[in-house]
Amino acid sequence: MRRTLTILGVASVALVALDVILGLWVTPPDADQGELVRLVYLHPALAWVALYLAFGMAALCAVLYLWPRTRSMRFDRLSASAVEVGVVFIGLTLITGSIWGRPTWGVWWTWDARLTSTALLGVLFLGYLALRRVPADPEVRARRCAIAAIFAAVDVPIVHFSVVWWQTLHQGATVLNPNLTPTIHGLMAWTLLLSFIAFTTLFAWMVLMRFQIEELRESGEDVELTRALEARRAEGVAS
Amino acid sequence: MTNPMAPAIYLRSAVALAGRFPVLAGVDLDLDEGSVCVVLGANGAGKTSLLRLLAGLVPLASGEGAVLDCSLPGQARDLRQHVGLLGHDVGLYDDLRPAENLRFVLKASRLDPGLSDDALARVGITGRTASTPLGQLSAGQRRRVGLALLLARRPRLWLLDEPHASLDEPTRDLVSELTEEAARGGATVVATSHEPDLAIPMADTVVTMSGGIIATRAPGGRRGDRGWSDVA
Amino acid sequence: MWRDAVLIAGRDLRIEARSRVALWQVLPFAVLTLLLFAFALGPRPGLLAQSAPGLFWLAVLFSSVLAAQRSMAIEGSGATRDSVRLLGLDPAGVFLGKVLALLAEMVALEAVLLGGVVLLFHVTVTSWGVLIGACLLAAVGLCTANVLYGSLAGEARMRATLLPVLVLPVVAPVLIAGSKAFSASVAPGSGSGARWLGILVVFAVVYSAMGVALYGPLEES
Repeated sequence: MRRTLTILGVASVALVALDVILGLWVTPPDADQGELVRLVYLHPALAWVALYLAFGMAALCAVLYLWPRTRSMRFDRLSASAVEVGVVFIGLTLITGSIWGRPTWGVWWTWDARLTSTALLGVLFLGYLALRRVPADPEVRARRCAIAAIFAAVDVPIVHFSVVWWQTLHQGATVLNPNLTPTIHGLMAWTLLLSFIAFTTLFAWMVLMRFQIEELRESGEDVELTRALEARRAEGVAS
Repeated sequence: MTNPMAPAIYLRSAVALAGRFPVLAGVDLDLDEGSVCVVLGANGAGKTSLLRLLAGLVPLASGEGAVLDCSLPGQARDLRQHVGLLGHDVGLYDDLRPAENLRFVLKASRLDPGLSDDALARVGITGRTASTPLGQLSAGQRRRVGLALLLARRPRLWLLDEPHASLDEPTRDLVSELTEEAARGGATVVATSHEPDLAIPMADTVVTMSGGIIATRAPGGRRGDRGWSDVA
Repeated sequence: MWRDAVLIAGRDLRIEARSRVALWQVLPFAVLTLLLFAFALGPRPGLLAQSAPGLFWLAVLFSSVLAAQRSMAIEGSGATRDSVRLLGLDPAGVFLGKVLALLAEMVALEAVLLGGVVLLFHVTVTSWGVLIGACLLAAVGLCTANVLYGSLAGEARMRATLLPVLVLPVVAPVLIAGSKAFSASVAPGSGSGARWLGILVVFAVVYSAMGVALYGPLEES
């Protein structure tokens, strides 16, 4: 565990640094967007981590927790760690998107479908974190949070479609959109790919760190519990 | 009915938690079906938690436990419908009348709702009292409604949390009388109390709790072959 | 399951009939929001009529959270919850029962609000079918989501503040789809309401199914 963390930590710092160097200095500016295009090495990767990786993982771990055969408090902790890190990445996605939007659309914020549904998703998962802070027995809290994560995950496609139909002007997904591939190729494409790998690694590192903190806290509380049990019994014997 | 060999209640090193606090810190308890057990002990000794554990409402965190042939914590759900729990708060709806409350519970337990009238009459909730919303009744009257509920539902395990507390003389007698009747009918009764004078005569077994464990165990004053009035 | 659902719905509605909390607290709140919207936007009837679809659904959403708080409060104190847990009811039935009782209240609430919007905001509805369909479907979605999250939000002292934070983002699609369906029903040219009704159907079905499946583990606490 410790070793994995170290390797992941070093790798994510190195990859993000490489992404920054390639993205800021090595790659050329874009014909249409000029220097602004450099945000493409940051924003889509952040969004990928926030919207798919973090919340996909949170939902998956929630299901694994609820499934009796795979029930383990580890999945609860993993799920919570993923949401916590995911909320950070959603914040970064919205901030970088906003910085990109100001020169492109002329406004810091627009009620475009993807912006709106991303923001809504962020609020959904803030709700999850709020629920996590409600004092309860660990098992009860784990069950509630797992169910909340699943509810939220199920809500995502509904939110997505309703908001898309509601309004849209965001450009299509850059990597997946076949029409745009000719404009991004060579070094730019590789840097873009690198950014995805870099932020995925960074995400994995952060989640594992967060998970380990939870594990430590938990084992600390187990020690406390043993102590409390002894104290309680002593109280009984003494009287 | 049940396996005659198995005791109604069997707990070994039972631990139950409230958050991170061990309310029960290793309880050992065996009780036979149809017996009456009184639990004495100071506030915070774990008496109410013991009742809630026996009701299947608090999970068994560690140790072994079986109540009415349901192993804990796995079969707590199956156990619950055989349990009647009467606490300070009777756990009924203030906006509903006593009879409405009882009928709801009886229907939910798949019993004949008609049983409610007899049960209420037995505890002396009749006439105007019976048609007043529960919230407007006095604490003692509410406790009587709670007793009527137990009478009508006929659970196999009666859990009474300080059944004598803050009641008048006739109601206290009624509590003791109904408890005795239930035990004679084959139900197992566990009651907590702060009034040994009242509680010990009705018990087969008297245990004292302290610090989340059972500190002492002694026989009580109940004799299965004698009527309640003889003991009193 | 349905037997328990009817029993629970009967209990909730009977308690509501006695206490009249929904009638004297939730309904006035809903009507009050309409007045407040009018104060905020000014008395120009054109503007109010134009904003009516969104305002109507906002009022419905806020009132639904309030109604859900009340529905959860009916469950009573810890002791009352415990005694219900001792009854061995089917959790899916309990869920459906609570939804049914809340649904009856929500439909009444929507009817009053709809009347209020038509009268106070001078809205002319051309296709009542779409509008009423949207109201009913949205009510199912709102009630199921509210009951689920109400149960999720746990003990009473936290629930009052936690429930809105949890449930309002989740029901955002209901607000969007409801408003668009309302718009479609006042001006037939402004697009089809069918797509929005579709979203409401999906939402209602998904949350009903999840409630039936997950209410058991949720209440097991």
